[in-house]
Amino acid sequence: MVIAYKIDVKLYFIIKRRFGMNFFKRSFTVFLAILIGVFFTTANGFSKDTFRLGIVTFLSGAAAGPFGIPSKKAAELTVKELNQGKVPAPYNKVGIAGKKIKVVWVDEAGSATKQVEEYRNLVQHKKVDAVIGYISSGHCLAIAPVAEELGVLTVFYDCGTPRIFEENTYHYVFRTGLTATIDSVGAARYIVDLKKNLKSISAINQNYAWGQDSWHDFISALKDLKPNIKVKTVQFPKIFQGQYGAEISSLMMKPADFIHSSFWGGDLEAFILQGDARGLFEKQIPIFTCGEASMFRLAKQMPKGAIVGARGPFGLYAPNNKLNRWFRKNYISKFGTSPTYPAYKMVQAIFGLKSAAEKAAMKKKNFTQEDIIKAFEYLKFKAPSGTVSMDLGKGHQAMQGIAYGQYEIKNGKPTFVNVKWYPAKCVNPPDGMKSIDWIKNGMKGAKCN
Amino acid sequence: MNILVILLDGLVYSSWLFIVSTGLTLIYGVMRILNMAHGSMYAIGAYTAATIVGIYFNHGFVPWGSYFFFISGAMFAGIIAGLLIERGILRIMYGSDEVIMILVTYAILLILEDVIKFIWGVEGYFAYQPYTYLGRSHIFGISFTNYDLYLIIVAAIIGVILWLWLNKTRFGKLLIAVINDQEISVAMGINVTKVYIITFAIGCMLGALAGGLTAPGISIVPGMGIQIIIVAFAVVVIGGLGSIGGALIGSLLVGMARAFAVHLFPQIELFVIYGVMALVLAIRPHGLFVRAKVRKI
Amino acid sequence: MDKKTHMILLCCLLLILIGNFIFPKWLTFLFNISLAKAFIVLGLVILMRVGLVSFGQGLYYCIGGYVAGICQKFFGINDFFMILLIGIFISLIVSFLLGLLLCNYRDIFFAMFTLAFSMILYGIIVKTETLGSTDGFNVKLPTYFTISSSFATGKFLILLITILIAYFVIIYIRKFFNSELGYISLSTKENEIRVEYLGISPKIVIFINYSLAAILATVGGALTAFVSGHVDPDMAYWTTSGEFVFVALLGGTMHVIAPFIASILFEFIHMYAYDISPNTWQIILGSILLLIIIFLPRGLWSIGEIFRKKEVKDASNS
Repeated sequence: MVIAYKIDVKLYFIIKRRFGMNFFKRSFTVFLAILIGVFFTTANGFSKDTFRLGIVTFLSGAAAGPFGIPSKKAAELTVKELNQGKVPAPYNKVGIAGKKIKVVWVDEAGSATKQVEEYRNLVQHKKVDAVIGYISSGHCLAIAPVAEELGVLTVFYDCGTPRIFEENTYHYVFRTGLTATIDSVGAARYIVDLKKNLKSISAINQNYAWGQDSWHDFISALKDLKPNIKVKTVQFPKIFQGQYGAEISSLMMKPADFIHSSFWGGDLEAFILQGDARGLFEKQIPIFTCGEASMFRLAKQMPKGAIVGARGPFGLYAPNNKLNRWFRKNYISKFGTSPTYPAYKMVQAIFGLKSAAEKAAMKKKNFTQEDIIKAFEYLKFKAPSGTVSMDLGKGHQAMQGIAYGQYEIKNGKPTFVNVKWYPAKCVNPPDGMKSIDWIKNGMKGAKCN
Repeated sequence: MNILVILLDGLVYSSWLFIVSTGLTLIYGVMRILNMAHGSMYAIGAYTAATIVGIYFNHGFVPWGSYFFFISGAMFAGIIAGLLIERGILRIMYGSDEVIMILVTYAILLILEDVIKFIWGVEGYFAYQPYTYLGRSHIFGISFTNYDLYLIIVAAIIGVILWLWLNKTRFGKLLIAVINDQEISVAMGINVTKVYIITFAIGCMLGALAGGLTAPGISIVPGMGIQIIIVAFAVVVIGGLGSIGGALIGSLLVGMARAFAVHLFPQIELFVIYGVMALVLAIRPHGLFVRAKVRKI
Repeated sequence: MDKKTHMILLCCLLLILIGNFIFPKWLTFLFNISLAKAFIVLGLVILMRVGLVSFGQGLYYCIGGYVAGICQKFFGINDFFMILLIGIFISLIVSFLLGLLLCNYRDIFFAMFTLAFSMILYGIIVKTETLGSTDGFNVKLPTYFTISSSFATGKFLILLITILIAYFVIIYIRKFFNSELGYISLSTKENEIRVEYLGISPKIVIFINYSLAAILATVGGALTAFVSGHVDPDMAYWTTSGEFVFVALLGGTMHVIAPFIASILFEFIHMYAYDISPNTWQIILGSILLLIIIFLPRGLWSIGEIFRKKEVKDASNS
């Protein structure tokens, strides 16, 4: 850095002497000034006592309300409690392996190209020790190779596309969240179990990668289980369209037993409001595969009997273990609302990282990132959602089961009835096989009991 | 039965489009400014209406009174915002190139998007009570909300009021004079500055009104302003910039095309609006209604 | 171009090139990406000189990026020059067809029409699941005449190529600006009727400028794809084009280097604005845009004029 500065200064004087002070030289000096300024604002490297954790999630934009903000809340709560050593065993050690956690926040809003730039900044400029983040599948796909290039431990916590570990092998990238495959396969199994003479299905999904993939996986899985299923109408409105008058009319003109929807956020809320006002859900039961994130906001409007998914054993589907009790108690008392699945998944990621780091610390006092990575592969750790096994993606992808239930308000509180649990091997493909192929070939090898 | 449902869907969507785009076309017709901040007006109207509905129903007043409050609240917010923008920023830039004005209003749109986030936060709002209160009707075999059906009537009323205002009142005739020739109007003693202020305020009010009327049926989220602009542009450009009759025809075209696409060819739904716009522009470069008449409104 | 400017340009470019080994990696990445994006901005500047503002340069930016990605992913073509040629070829066809239509429109209609086409491409890509819809897909570093490289060298090579292309583009576009066609473009902006009376068709002038801008945007798109390693349909969304327009205004239309400096400046502003407060990026963008339009309508480059006038005054006083 100092050498560069000296070269800069020398060049400055050379040019000044040769060309005299004119405008072009001024712009050049401005350019140099920027460079010099930049050097002095580079962040410090990590100290021995803190663990710098970069967290990337939606802090603004449409995905902030349902997903980003609960994630942020959960992260703040967990980091604070961890730094005070107040989390129940096995996480009662302070911070991560004794080092207090310092969070560097990054907003996930913006295109994938922008996110790649932000990630590089986070890792190279802000020098974080690890990164947890990413809700958008598009961002995960773009960031994974960059994480490999820069060699920084990165934990995806929410994005759902199975493509990450099915199309590539990564060393530095892990995902403690679950793939979207289990949402679709679980939903298909659930409605087949729920309604014995299931005949027809309709769908309304947002017209972008998430909606398209969700529908395709779901209908493929459903066709495996019920080959004669009739598809009535498949709607793909633009994302953030917000108004579904014509789509709801179409769904009502061709009624089906169930309506599949992977809607989220404002679109989900608008669809529920508008559909409810027109009585759409009186004869057709909706399946909201990620509806749990908006469940408490829409407590009064969510139709009774709606099949609501939480993308895994999260929220009200989570088991009654010590960590879950700790998490719910603290989250509700601090934020006044029940934690939804993005909050659960964030905690899961932090605990996974902590678990791996402390497992490495047990073997070697001065552990390196490589030790953490070795410990993380095929790790089994505890979370509010139960035991998480990193059994897919050559030890980099978490594997859990999923539950679905029907929404009902009992004693003034939202609950699920008719809950069915599908174990991990029932809804996940075997390691090494692509989800899309597994579903296409009839989901062979699924262990559902 | 099917086609009637499609037509009714089309009509519902068209009436919404009309209310959204009249403000935009009015401002352009009079001031030659393509107001990109119209999207923010829509958002401000929606958020204001949602806040008012929230407060109103928390106090437990009678449901039928809420309509007056949230609609007028939205309109009021639009007028205030319009006045602030016009007097604050646009006034400095009068006389500039049309495209520069677009960039100015684009900058205002960006600023307002974040201002809205500061005032109302990033969580979504909803204000569904007025929407569900009016109940539903069974027409052509399926149910429609009465709120949506009334919106058709409201759109028609707005259209009629605007037409009357422009053609039958003194101020309306002044507006037409300014539209046709600004310099002579000034020479004739018309206070063009006042005309501009009032027009811009009313245009913004119409945008906010659209937002306020739509609010009860949707979830109001950040970014809704930017989503709406493209739709409004397409409609206005198709009908002819500056022509309210054009906005009407444009909304009907786009609304019907969309309804047919959704029911019959859901795959092309994404392109319908741009396809129609490109098609119309290719055939009639200035929109459907502009070359044909001398009087634009 | 006069010798002074030429030397300064070379010095700056060499500095960035050497910087690959001295500067921190994020800085080199920033320079590389802003230089790549500057091509699209230069295309916009070319169009502004003819009097048109395009809100749809994202169309060609996206074509450039996706051609690079598709060639790699579906056709196994990894050679940089091959990809560039294919990209330019495709965008020439598209700009030829669209240009025939667009050269009839001006002002707002030109802006809106370009916006519409850009959004149509966006819609097409979002609908196409093989292209990954909104997720897009990843792009690897290219080979150069079958010389493939290790990772670190690959990064250096793409920077080198960007700088080389930037250098030649600057030289030749500068020549273009000072050529007959360049001056006619300026005149077309002033008054098309007079140009027609002189015997030149303004439509053809616009057509040529449009195609040139399209090619530049495609090159920029391909380079951005390689540097960032990812393409997605957001590249064709109108707000992306809006950002390019912003950078074009920031730099102004007075000099061919302006887009490059403005692009670098923009990326720095972006980085620090996000650092300070990620939630206020749009306010900052909007405010700067307003300030530039009101106070510096000819871009940052016009600051130079203020200095130069002062110097002339000083020189004449002394």
